[in-house]
Amino acid sequence: MSEDREAPALLGAAHTDPPEPQDAEDLFVSVACVTECPEAARLSAEDLSPGSDGHKDPDDPDDPDDLFAEATEEVSLDSPERQPILSDGPSPAITPVTPVTISPRLDVFDRSLDQDDEEEENRDTLDIQISVSDPEKVGDGMNAFMVYKVTTKTSLSIFSRDEVCVKRRFSDFLGLHSKLASKYMHMGFIVPPAPEKSIVGMTKVKVGKEDLSSVEFVEKRRSALERYLLRTVKHPALLKDPDVLQFLESSELPRAVSTQALSGAGILRMVNKAADAVNKMTIKMNESDAWFEEKQQQFENLDVQLRKLHASVESLVCHRKELSVNTAAFAKSAAMLGNSEDHTALSRALSQLAEVEEKIDQLHQEQANADFYLISELLGDYVRLITAVRGVFDQRMKTWGKWQDAQLMLQRKREAEAKLQYASKPEKLQQARDEIREWEGKVQQGERDFEQISRNIRREVGQFEKERVKDFRVVIMKYLESLVHSQQQLIKYWEAFLPEAKAIA
Amino acid sequence: MTSISEDSDKEKVRSVSVDLNNDASLIIDIPDALCERDKVKFTIHVKTTISSFQKPAFSVPRQHEDFIWLHDTIVETEEYAGLIIPPAPPKPDFEGPREKMHKLGEGESSMTKEEYAKMKQELEAEYLAVFKKTVQVHEVFLQRLSSHPIFRKDRNFQIFLEYDQDLSVRRKNAKEMFGGFFKNMVKSADEVLISGVKEVDEFFEQEKTFLLDYSSKIKDATAKAEKMTRSHKNVADDYNHISGALNHTAADNNTAFKKHLEKSAEVFEKLRKLEDRVASDQELKLTELLRYYTRDIQAAKDLLYRRARALADYENSNKALDKARLKGKDIAQAEENQKKSLQKFDKLSESGKKELTSFKARRVVAFRKNLIEMTELEIKHAKNSMSLLQGTIEILNSN
Repeated sequence: MSEDREAPALLGAAHTDPPEPQDAEDLFVSVACVTECPEAARLSAEDLSPGSDGHKDPDDPDDPDDLFAEATEEVSLDSPERQPILSDGPSPAITPVTPVTISPRLDVFDRSLDQDDEEEENRDTLDIQISVSDPEKVGDGMNAFMVYKVTTKTSLSIFSRDEVCVKRRFSDFLGLHSKLASKYMHMGFIVPPAPEKSIVGMTKVKVGKEDLSSVEFVEKRRSALERYLLRTVKHPALLKDPDVLQFLESSELPRAVSTQALSGAGILRMVNKAADAVNKMTIKMNESDAWFEEKQQQFENLDVQLRKLHASVESLVCHRKELSVNTAAFAKSAAMLGNSEDHTALSRALSQLAEVEEKIDQLHQEQANADFYLISELLGDYVRLITAVRGVFDQRMKTWGKWQDAQLMLQRKREAEAKLQYASKPEKLQQARDEIREWEGKVQQGERDFEQISRNIRREVGQFEKERVKDFRVVIMKYLESLVHSQQQLIKYWEAFLPEAKAIA
Repeated sequence: MTSISEDSDKEKVRSVSVDLNNDASLIIDIPDALCERDKVKFTIHVKTTISSFQKPAFSVPRQHEDFIWLHDTIVETEEYAGLIIPPAPPKPDFEGPREKMHKLGEGESSMTKEEYAKMKQELEAEYLAVFKKTVQVHEVFLQRLSSHPIFRKDRNFQIFLEYDQDLSVRRKNAKEMFGGFFKNMVKSADEVLISGVKEVDEFFEQEKTFLLDYSSKIKDATAKAEKMTRSHKNVADDYNHISGALNHTAADNNTAFKKHLEKSAEVFEKLRKLEDRVASDQELKLTELLRYYTRDIQAAKDLLYRRARALADYENSNKALDKARLKGKDIAQAEENQKKSLQKFDKLSESGKKELTSFKARRVVAFRKNLIEMTELEIKHAKNSMSLLQGTIEILNSN
């Protein structure tokens, strides 16, 4: 038993990604009130005592030995379902070792501080560079598509080479996201959303219009795909995911047909989305953890605010582009006026003015680009990310729902068994008892899953907030610097023009 | 109801034409104006040493329609045919800001209190800017008249300045208006006719070519400048919205980042103000300049047409004289007509030459002044923006 406990404890320490240190106490406190189920509560109460094994109560109907037995099975690294998610680092799949990890939680939290800093450092100094470049059109007409070159440069050992180049198309990215979402979202991981489809944009490209808007569209998409990959690999679990590795490294990728909107999988997705929406309305979760309630509200607010901010920035981009166009038109008009002017000095000054305005128009163009790529696109990304975050909260609610359903079922089975006790039908009684045991296990699994996802979410959200603050800080700074540059140029241009204006005699 | 009486601002504002008040014998300015619903009431202030005026200094309220009356009477005065008639000031147009005010009122519920207050403030500033512009343009009209040796003596001008009651009695009645309208129609028909008239004088030939071409170019430049200014204002508006949205987001965030967001919101707010100033200075110095000279060029063109018409009349009178000589009838009358037409034509040519020459000088000086002032303001605003941005970057970095 002790052996078993040590191994899982080690695993627990190595593989659990504990929440932020400041949340540690919260977690302790909140776990006690997380459930209403009396049996589960007793389990948690014991878990609370630091260093206790928490499973020595012989009267406990939830036989700790049984828990351990189950735990051992799950812990097995050779278990087939766990195979693909082998890791030498933090891995969520192995952590449902809840009963064991609950007790040495203090240990885990001590280590958590180091773990977290390390994690942070890992995320900051992630030695991997990904670039998406060289969009190429393949094929003709409505069956045409764009292919992008994905270059990965890294010294990380999980990659087979230092530098890899592969060709990928948009649906490949969508396929990758779809796989990652189905694997990790239900565990509470925030999977970065893929860039959005655009029927209008792509049709123009397919039809072969080589105009400015198509070029801009392709560039916008290329940039979005690059940001998507960078965000994905920033997440330590996703970085090591074999699907991600395959995406980045292997030269041939099976075509992701299921990402098409009208495919069978697409329809299934839509149905699931609808079902989820209905569920959301019907599950009335008893939130006893203030943190979650607070965070959910916070993200709801943030969603609204970011959308508003995004809309304002989009308007700015649009108007600045207009300003650039109008300035160019004025420049031309001023040049013509200068040509027409018969007073020589004034004529020259007007031509100079036209030149200045032309340069300023270029400036406006550049600034509009900065507006767009620095801020507008980032905000767009974050609006989608927040949707993913809220999705993860919904997953937690679903998990809670499953757990509650299991508890209800268990209760029913117990009632059934109690009735059979007086019916003297021994086979049925035994069956009932077996079923009870089965559902007890499910209840425990449900609780474990719920606690696991709650833990994961806390960690993910903490990380997300840090990233968000960092991202915004960096972007705001870059943007202000771009504005400074514009103003410097303006000063230069006008100071060059001033003597010209004064020279009019 | 809005009124302005900032003297210091007037100095900056009065820039479209060179300082026309350099002759102390008749000084006119509009120190005050009242906006009542649709009507603007200008307070005209006159200081004069000319004896024909009853008082050395006095004030009189006038409406826009009074200015138009004055302009039209001058246009219709035969004696002034050889002069460039100062263009009439355009009607005060508060439609833009008024519409925006209306929209703002409707959208009040969808924005925060601060945003609403800010937008209201902005709109009031816009209103004030339109107001200043219209006062300036009316003022310049009067000053052009007062500084011109011939116009300043005009009887109707004196009445306009002195008559201490409402001028509406003297304003165009329906018949007169119709007459004026008809005259305008005939004039544009003349345009086609007259452009074809052979010009013997090289000076006028050159002027004609120049003015015809320049007038279309300057009209175009004015329109483009207006669009450019509008875009500037839109960008400033967007800065305002972004600032509001940032503040909104800041309210919810944790402390360190909150300050960051608030500082950014502040920067955008200040940028908005600067961008607004850039836009309105550009409008005042560049767009207004172009607008004014579009009208002035038209007035110069009108002079050319009047002269061309006189030339056509002269040529017709020549033909009539030849016919009379042929028929042997009314020769004396025809000779008289011919002499008169020639006189008129010569007079127009002589004064026309003077006017057009001084017009060019005036134009060049005004352009120079405005371009210099605009450039200096652009540099000033850009420097302010830059120091604001750099200051903010420093603060944000040190956090």
